Amino acid sequence: MGDIDTYFGWGELIGGISPYAWAFIGTGLAIGLSVLGAAWGIFITGSSLVGAAIKAPRIRSKNLISVIFCEAVAIYGVIVSIILQTHLDPVEGTEVTAKMKFAGYAIFWSGLTAGIGNLACGVCVGVCGSGCALADAQDGNLFVKILVIEIFASALGIFAIIVAIIMSTKANFE
Amino acid sequence: MGSMMYYNVDHGFLESVVRGFRSGILGQTDYANLQQCETVDDMKLQLQSTDYGNFLASEPSPLSTTVLATKCTEKLVAEFNHLRAQAVEPLATFMEYITYGYMIDNLILIITGALHDRDTAELMAKCHPLGLFDGLSAASIPNTAKDLYEMVVVETPIGPYFVDVLNLFRAPQVGGNQPTMEDLNDINIEIIRNALYKAYLEDFYAFATTKCGGETAEIMAGILDLEADRRSINITINSFATELDRDQKTKLFPSIGVLSPEGTARLSLAQDIDAVRAALDPYAAYRGILSDAGDSEDKSVENAFFELEVALNKDAFEQQFHFGLFWAYVKLREQEVRNIVWIAECISQDQRHQINQYVTIFWGVGDGARAEPAGPPMGAGRRGAAPP
Repeated sequence: MGDIDTYFGWGELIGGISPYAWAFIGTGLAIGLSVLGAAWGIFITGSSLVGAAIKAPRIRSKNLISVIFCEAVAIYGVIVSIILQTHLDPVEGTEVTAKMKFAGYAIFWSGLTAGIGNLACGVCVGVCGSGCALADAQDGNLFVKILVIEIFASALGIFAIIVAIIMSTKANFE
Repeated sequence: MGSMMYYNVDHGFLESVVRGFRSGILGQTDYANLQQCETVDDMKLQLQSTDYGNFLASEPSPLSTTVLATKCTEKLVAEFNHLRAQAVEPLATFMEYITYGYMIDNLILIITGALHDRDTAELMAKCHPLGLFDGLSAASIPNTAKDLYEMVVVETPIGPYFVDVLNLFRAPQVGGNQPTMEDLNDINIEIIRNALYKAYLEDFYAFATTKCGGETAEIMAGILDLEADRRSINITINSFATELDRDQKTKLFPSIGVLSPEGTARLSLAQDIDAVRAALDPYAAYRGILSDAGDSEDKSVENAFFELEVALNKDAFEQQFHFGLFWAYVKLREQEVRNIVWIAECISQDQRHQINQYVTIFWGVGDGARAEPAGPPMGAGRRGAAPP
């Protein structure tokens, strides 16, 4: 019984997690969830595009823009996680300072912000892209109009990464 | 609601293929061209420039309307089977359900034909290809409902529906002499048909609302309600001259639909067409049906229902990520085949003044600006106001 640390509450348990753990999880989630969102969006729009192009082959090239918008979401995730990882520095010693805790939490939550924001954005762009492909197959005039909706949808991802980057600017382990 | 996130995993491809097929449904200009034709062979030429293509190329001229109808239906069946082969659950079961209606019709066709001593091979040729099942040709052999069930129907997907039919026959009747209802004669066959259809509609409704859910449930509920109401009204009108007693009739009305339970209660009491009209009066969508048929010869009850059905089926395409559009596509193409056959019959029998009495499906598909169809106001996609 003697050597084992005893925790008296959840606060101690969670507070005892190393800030580095928080930071790396956040960095991983930024890229992981963004890629999940992008992939989700691509399969939603891609399956509709493939089927609709059977009867209307002219839509093939134009509607790849929807896929590109989804891909952009993954790129946002890559950008955010690269920026986050530049803040990660190994510190000598075992002491956990307030500065390190701040950095840990900041990087975790900014990673999560970017990740979940891009997840939602990717799915949204995918659903809009699917509708765009189907509408374009019926009537070519509709393509540009529905593309405007997709542009608004992909703006959501940008909001997410802007907030994420701002949150992590002051995070330093040193 | 969340279906838009995961529907496309399994069904996105097939939905977009169906929408591609739907864009090939004949439009205003196609019908105008078909109406200008002099003979049915000219129609073959006109159809070549549509999605039908050269499907009639190997048929000898002069072309008869039955051949035209068969070939058009064959094309629909080919497309349906192409979709069904690639479908996964629950869409695969949904598409199976679409075929059960045709199975019931085929079964009744064979039994009726056998009753009137028609040749089985000839009857099999007339069966709808979507409703073929193993053992269908054997349905001509048995003489009673029970034998029919045990020999043929029990192994088919419509087997469970037949159980209701047998219950109908076995139910103890109040009153003196009870004729053996088990023998298959004309009136019993009609009872069987309606009982099977009632069980089928209710089962399909339960499947769509519980297993599929979401938008599929919404759209199919409206469509199946219309089917059920149509059957209730047709049963009532067709049974005026027959000996069908009230209890039997009430048991045949489906329990889904806008008309059930108050409307069907009133319909079961109706003895003539005026009573039916009065029973339908509270229901805005059906109010106009019988009065149209009564006043002018232009629209029959059947056509009025077809128009209602087409309006609902067109609306099914307004939403994405549901199964209703598979049903809607099959029904719209069926209507198109009926229209083509109508035009062909009018041309071949030289009755051109009736030629534009088909039900229009789309207006100017793919022409860019889609004109709003100026049909009877159906209300926002749902037929029938709430009864008082």
